[in-house]
Formats: sequence, C-alpha cells, structure tokens
Amino acid sequence: MSGHIFHPGHEELHGVTVVVVGASGRTWVGRYQETSERGVLLHDVAIHDPATAALPRETWIERLRKFGIRVDEPRVILPRKEAGPITRLTDWSEPLSGA
Amino acid sequence: MPYNELMVRPMREEVTRLGVQELRTVAEVDAALGPGEGTTLVFVNSVCGCAAGAARPALSLALRHLVKPQHLYTVFAGQDTDAAARARSYFAEYQPSSPSVALLSDGEVVHFVHRHMIEGRGPETIAQDLVAAFDKFCGTEAVRGER
Repeated sequence: MSGHIFHPGHEELHGVTVVVVGASGRTWVGRYQETSERGVLLHDVAIHDPATAALPRETWIERLRKFGIRVDEPRVILPRKEAGPITRLTDWSEPLSGA
Repeated sequence: MPYNELMVRPMREEVTRLGVQELRTVAEVDAALGPGEGTTLVFVNSVCGCAAGAARPALSLALRHLVKPQHLYTVFAGQDTDAAARARSYFAEYQPSSPSVALLSDGEVVHFVHRHMIEGRGPETIAQDLVAAFDKFCGTEAVRGER
C-alpha cells in the first residue's frame, strides 16, 4: 500500500523503516520522515556505532530484522553531509566491500 | 494519548468482523494467551494510516485461507494500552511495533511480522507472508473449514 494514499504529498519512503549509512561509519535504522535542508529526519531510531557496538553491523541489522527496532533515539536529524544512501530495511544487504 | 473512540471503532470492527476476538483488558489477555495451547495469532492493531491501512486488509485476505491458527486475537496499541502491553509480554523478545502480527504455537513465537515488514507493501504481499506461516506452522493443527 503506497504511502501516497494516506499521506498525500510525502516522499515515497515516508513512514518506511530505512537504513542510512553515514560517512562517519555509523549506521542508523529508523522510520523515514523527510529530507530537508537540515538533513534526513528519522523517527524511532536504532544506532550502530562500530567503535562501541558489540555486534558487527551485518549481525546487528539481522537482529533488527528478526526482533524489531530497539529504539535508541526517538528522533534523529542526520546532516546531509553525513547521510549516505537510504535503503529500505527489507531491501538492505551488506555492501560487498564493507563500509 | 488515545484517539477518539469514534474514529477508532471502524478500525476495531475491520478486524473483529473477521472473527478475531478483541482483548481490551489485562485479564482478557491473560485468559486468552495464558494457557498457551495450540496455534494463536495476535494482531496488534494500530491507527497508523500507512501501515495499518495495509495490515488490516492483509489479515482479512490471509484469513480466507483454508489453514489458519486455532485462536485469533487482537489488541489495539495506543488505545487499550494496558492490554496491548500485556499481550506484548507474551512475545517480549520482540520489540514493540504496531501494527504487527505474532503467530504462536503452544505459547512460543514461531513467526512475527513487524511493522517494518508491512510498511510500503500491499495487502496481498503481506497476506502471502501470513499464509505461508499458516501453512508452515498451523497445517496439522489448525481449524480447517471454508469461510
């Protein structure tokens, strides 16, 4: 069911849980709201920081897929220079070269 | 904060008219899920337009399948908050999201459809996922019969 029907005027990914890989190496998984001049706005966000994470990103994302999103932050704005590609969680696959 | 009940009622009825029993209190949840016998579906209903607007029709499609769980229940997240929280305690390993669907067999979660698996997908696709789970986990125990 397209978000267009219920939220006219919003982007296609509005309301969809996405993966955003940052230039810093951190990864965010949350519900996409919008991209504006301020950056990418996500709601109910789980955050993976390779410097502190107990699990490698691939395993961490697999756990999110199976057990759901464990929210670290209710709302995050990623500056545009930090935010990398935005991928639906259900479509996510780890880049072959790593990140 | 719960929405106006008048607005929510059609969303409740869209599920209950399928023969799914709504659980609105902690006691009702415990009475239904406590025994943990057989196959049980719990539909966590939600006001959210994007996801729930697809999840409810998907449930309707899935329940037309010949094979289905023995017990069908629903709770309404954000409305009947105590009942929803109690229901989630029966699948506490899974993070809360709504809408979502838990399929249990003898009290153990055997399949879970999170909100992120519903978002942006059509009812037919979501229903296929549920039907596959019904066939896999409810095949020999389910109530069989045409609707």
